[in-house]
Amino acid sequence: MNQPVLLAGSINVFRYAAPQTFYPLAGKMIPWFGWTAAILCIAGLYVGFFMAPTDHQQGESYRIIFIHVAAAWMSMFIYMVMAFWAGVGLVFNTRLSHMMVSALVPTGALFTFIALWTGSLWGKPTWGTWWAWDARMTSELILLFLYFGFMALQAGIDDPRRADRAGAVLALVGVVNIPIIYFSVKWWNTLHQGASVSLTRAPTMATTMLTGMLLMALAAWMYTIAASLHRVRSIILEREHGADWIRNHLEIQQ
Amino acid sequence: MNWGSWSNFWMMGGYGFYVWGSYAVTFTLIAMEILLLRARRRAALDTLRQHTGAQS
Repeated sequence: MNQPVLLAGSINVFRYAAPQTFYPLAGKMIPWFGWTAAILCIAGLYVGFFMAPTDHQQGESYRIIFIHVAAAWMSMFIYMVMAFWAGVGLVFNTRLSHMMVSALVPTGALFTFIALWTGSLWGKPTWGTWWAWDARMTSELILLFLYFGFMALQAGIDDPRRADRAGAVLALVGVVNIPIIYFSVKWWNTLHQGASVSLTRAPTMATTMLTGMLLMALAAWMYTIAASLHRVRSIILEREHGADWIRNHLEIQQ
Repeated sequence: MNWGSWSNFWMMGGYGFYVWGSYAVTFTLIAMEILLLRARRRAALDTLRQHTGAQS
């Protein structure tokens, strides 16, 4: 008896898996996520710079945390989402999943670079070095190479279907690196400090510091959603250029 | 507000170079990504218009 209801539900989900229904929906969502990101970022910066106190050990240099942690979390999370869509794309052979993977990669690479850059600028005054080949930093650098490797691989294959599959396999193989990054500070004796935030321990930092950090992390989330939706729309336009609905869309645009 | 004056704020307790170096590069790169996203969309739409223009 439940069958029709379930069926209707799944049809609804798959409806949005079609590029022509997803395209306008994504277009409507972009400004919401974009503006939310901007507002959260301003709030996070305000809390981080005007409410959070000076750190008694690191002085003001710790204020790099507000972008460093948000960017580092995002760099790992984007990779996991990317690997998820790569898996979905390989199993169900859905075009949109593969497009989503390609849309996430540049933003993932951007946040990985930001995490490394801000980490370096933070490491110099606190540890006395710009860079060390410790497990945390090395595995994060490998993550950057995985993102670049994905882009190079896709750019090197002319047939988009083959490029999608090759990229998806790379994304899935590379996902092993994510637990290595995350647990590296536990598994090895690293120069990098342990996790700043834990769900099981009481917070070790001032509430305002934590609030600033979480606001910036949320802003990074919202920005990533907006940026990847924007990019996936361009990818749809580039790839589905033969479709009728795109021609209709162009008429609306003019 | 724990800075007292704007010049103290920009000094960042002597860590200005590191703190502002982090923030400046981050926001410059994000601004660049936004510009690249817009350029990609414009390019995709232009190519499509040429395509449909040539066909009709």
